[in-house]
Amino acid sequence: MMQLPCPWCGVRDESEFVCGGASHIVRPGLSASDAEWGSYLFFRDNPKGPLRERWRHAYGCGQWFNLMRDTLTHQVLSVYPMAEPPPAGG
Amino acid sequence: MPGYRLPAPAGQCIDRQQRVGFTFNGRAYQGYAGDTLAAALLANGVHRVARSFKLHRPRGVWGCGLEEPCALVDVGSGPRRTPNVRATLLPISEGLSVRSVNCWPGPEFDVGAVSGWLAPLLPAGFYYKTFMWPSWRAFEPTIRRMAGFGRIGTEPDPDHYEEIALQPDVLVVGAGIAGLAAAAAAARAGARTVLLGASARLGGQCAWQEDAEAAGLAAAVRAAGVRILTRTTAFGVYDHALVCAHETVTADGAAQLPACVLRERLWKIRARAVIAATGAFERPVLFADNDRPGVMLASAALKFAGAYGVACGRRAVMIANSDAAYAQAARLRAHGIEVAALVDVRPGPHPPTEVPRLLGEVHAVHGARAVAGVSVRTGAGLRHLACDLLLSSGGFAPAVHLHSQAGGRLRFLEESAMFVPDGPAPSLVSVGACAGMFGREAVLAHARAVGEALARECPAPAAAPDGCGRSAPLRPVAGKAFVDLQNDVTSADVALAARENYRSVEHLKRYTTTGMGTDQGKTSNLNALLLMAQLTGQPAAAVGTTRFRPPFAPVSFGALAGRRVGALYRPLRRLPAHAWHESHGAQFEIFGDWVRPVAYPQAGEDLNAAAQREALAVRRQAGLFDGSPLGKLEVYGPDAAEFLDLMYVGTLSNLGIGQARYGLLLNENGTLVDDGIVARLSARRFWVNTTTAGVERTAAAFEEWLQCEYPHLRVLITPVTARWANLTVAGPRAWDWLAAAGLDGALAPGRTRHMSLTDSALDGVPLRVLRASFSGELGYEINLPAERAAWLFERVWAHAAAVRGSLYGIEALQILRTEKGYLHIGTDTDGTTQPQDVGFARGVARKAADFVGRRSLLRPAAQDPERLQLVGLLGVDPTQVLPVGAHIAPGPAPAVSEGHVTSSYRSPELGRGVALALLKAGTRRSGERLTAYHLGRAFAAEVVMPPFIDPTGARLHG
Repeated sequence: MMQLPCPWCGVRDESEFVCGGASHIVRPGLSASDAEWGSYLFFRDNPKGPLRERWRHAYGCGQWFNLMRDTLTHQVLSVYPMAEPPPAGG
Repeated sequence: MPGYRLPAPAGQCIDRQQRVGFTFNGRAYQGYAGDTLAAALLANGVHRVARSFKLHRPRGVWGCGLEEPCALVDVGSGPRRTPNVRATLLPISEGLSVRSVNCWPGPEFDVGAVSGWLAPLLPAGFYYKTFMWPSWRAFEPTIRRMAGFGRIGTEPDPDHYEEIALQPDVLVVGAGIAGLAAAAAAARAGARTVLLGASARLGGQCAWQEDAEAAGLAAAVRAAGVRILTRTTAFGVYDHALVCAHETVTADGAAQLPACVLRERLWKIRARAVIAATGAFERPVLFADNDRPGVMLASAALKFAGAYGVACGRRAVMIANSDAAYAQAARLRAHGIEVAALVDVRPGPHPPTEVPRLLGEVHAVHGARAVAGVSVRTGAGLRHLACDLLLSSGGFAPAVHLHSQAGGRLRFLEESAMFVPDGPAPSLVSVGACAGMFGREAVLAHARAVGEALARECPAPAAAPDGCGRSAPLRPVAGKAFVDLQNDVTSADVALAARENYRSVEHLKRYTTTGMGTDQGKTSNLNALLLMAQLTGQPAAAVGTTRFRPPFAPVSFGALAGRRVGALYRPLRRLPAHAWHESHGAQFEIFGDWVRPVAYPQAGEDLNAAAQREALAVRRQAGLFDGSPLGKLEVYGPDAAEFLDLMYVGTLSNLGIGQARYGLLLNENGTLVDDGIVARLSARRFWVNTTTAGVERTAAAFEEWLQCEYPHLRVLITPVTARWANLTVAGPRAWDWLAAAGLDGALAPGRTRHMSLTDSALDGVPLRVLRASFSGELGYEINLPAERAAWLFERVWAHAAAVRGSLYGIEALQILRTEKGYLHIGTDTDGTTQPQDVGFARGVARKAADFVGRRSLLRPAAQDPERLQLVGLLGVDPTQVLPVGAHIAPGPAPAVSEGHVTSSYRSPELGRGVALALLKAGTRRSGERLTAYHLGRAFAAEVVMPPFIDPTGARLHG
């Protein structure tokens, strides 16, 4: 059971959150090729190490936010708002 | 029988003034308060307590605590029956009733022992290679019946289990001297400290010795204000160092309990720093017939003597692969137990001892049903020693489980043949024997320093693992030398695995089942991997250990479930007017989270007859329905219209105020996930109906799109399902009924249109009236504040007689919507269904916005004319109702399915069965005769295009 820092509510147990998967995935437009669209829908990196994800504090404030987490150690490396680009060094 | 009770003062844990009576396999015995079952049985001379899992060999008590692989018993009866309780941990209580596992009728004479003769047929992995002809299935039932441990009660558990969360500064796991020293130091340094002890007494293995220093440490811990949880075992370290521990509050099998007791507690402890002081398990020496009752761990014999005053035999021989054996032998003698010889399997030098010493190895254990002697192969030939107790002292294996679970690495200490922590784990520091430290002074100094450092949030000083002396390498042994007593794995099985190339420890474990079961290999894992190292010529460090996974000790499902059982498992939602429906004859059923009227049967009617009558009443006169659970969202903001255009297949931004439209929701893969009516309340406010089951995920999906993809849109989404009740009146006389009940004439069919929403009021109560229909008849969905629902039902129902109106439930609603071909998401659609499959191709083509899932509808698969499409089916026999789930196929099984029946009812209006189906290329097959197959029956049917009634929709307008 990880503990995640909600930017609005503070540190809470993982069970209060929903993980939305990798963040900063760009949604292609209607003119995208089938291959591009398929890649957007189904293909994600699965790194051993830092991963940028989006999480929702579902059983709290309901807000989505970005979080960078080390998938090996579960260390939370940074937390930043949805609309922001990833921080440097990530 | 060899076991007997020693005179006082031996027996630190028992009260000789208090006798306790219990039964074991139906026979009455007596022990003392404080005895474990194992201690009391040994004191009564009972050595054979169980049969082994696979070979049904007689087994005795082998260990003295958590590590016990053999002495498993069934405790209690009825709903409190608990299987596979370790006799070494079970306290006896007056009236306790216990049975052996794995044997029938008992451990003395066991019918299943025949499998011992079959042993050559049961090597490691036997189920992969023997019993293959004619088929494994022929043997499986018998083998399954003979396999497995214990049996569970089948009635509901009457007892309570609770869960408590703690957030101390420092958590110390283990109440031996290392844990006590660390906890006291941490608390004295100002940390809020919690200490977990597995047994009722503090001090670990020192608790039952005359040990003034340990007693002083226990007193210091109490004085320092440490919160102490006894009979509590930490069973897992989870992410971010959450430690879960399991407390026994009421022991298994305690007799004369009230109807409901607090049985166990689950502790979820999140500490800033965790100190593991979990000690070590004794490692057995490997020799043939080392499972004979009378063979046991030396540490166990010592604990039985010290803690319970029980001598496990009259004449012991100690088999030593460790210096620790010498001290153990001396202590046994101090208890008055004769140690006839100490057999050291190692080459010299050896410590001095007063016990007669032999250098050599065990050649054979004598005695068919219990130890009667041992032959030792020495440099001077075979020596025979008479004994009734054979003690195995092979050194120690540090309990590195928590360290490893916390992400810590291990290294191998060659001399002592043990794995020890290689530095601290993240958020967890080991002290004492589990850190590979065995010298008392060094252990206490290190534990104190660690406790104090972690309390002050400083780095902990490193451990200095020095091991427990020299240990000789393990070699394969001929005969039945058991590596894993619980799973009947011998050294020959390990050798077989090596020969067949199952050499990785993970493969070894799964192929031989070593280390599985309730003890998880506490006494077997290390020997198994040392043996594999020998057999394959690798260093033990290269072989490594299997992964240490939680739980460290068995945890009951009851403790994990806690209070989340019964009515609290999934709270049900009741309609605001539940009591009103109850008093009007509703028969309730559970639909998703909701308890809803399924029908309102009259005298002599079954559910089916009631639903037929109710549905017909809606078609002929009018019906009254509670639609309150229907999902409701308000979507508000200057960009609300633009946002909804991005969410829905249909365009909503061109809705006039007061207009409503049906919309489909897709996921990004183009699959239909929800539907409902959207109405415009004002320029920037929309009323969104979703399916009952889908409202939460729809609201969540809207929020995700809004916050993550379209954060520039100014929109608020408010779920209002519980706020608004929904009373629906449908049927040709719906308006007559509502007019009689006093609703505003402005709502009349001529003055409002189908698919419109009008704000109205009745007696000052605001009503939001939607002209819409899920039945195909003139329909009014009246939304009103939930607390006024019963009032409006009463008000409307009072005028039912004027129109011969009827109440109707979910079953009639399903009949009505199926007659109209209105789809139900998740019933008439599946994970592949897209809008064009259910007749909404035009809605997609016309729309400008790049709505969710749209791009997926342009993929080649979406254009495939062979897709499953929603069609109607009419049985050739009109009296037949096609079974839902029946597969449409060109012939009986085996055949490739071309689709299946999704909804099917008898239509009271048409007097025949009607059905909807998803059918391959269905829309091109209108008029085709086909066959649906279900559970061996065939149903001839014809493909038609729904709806089955009122194809022009004239009835919607009243």
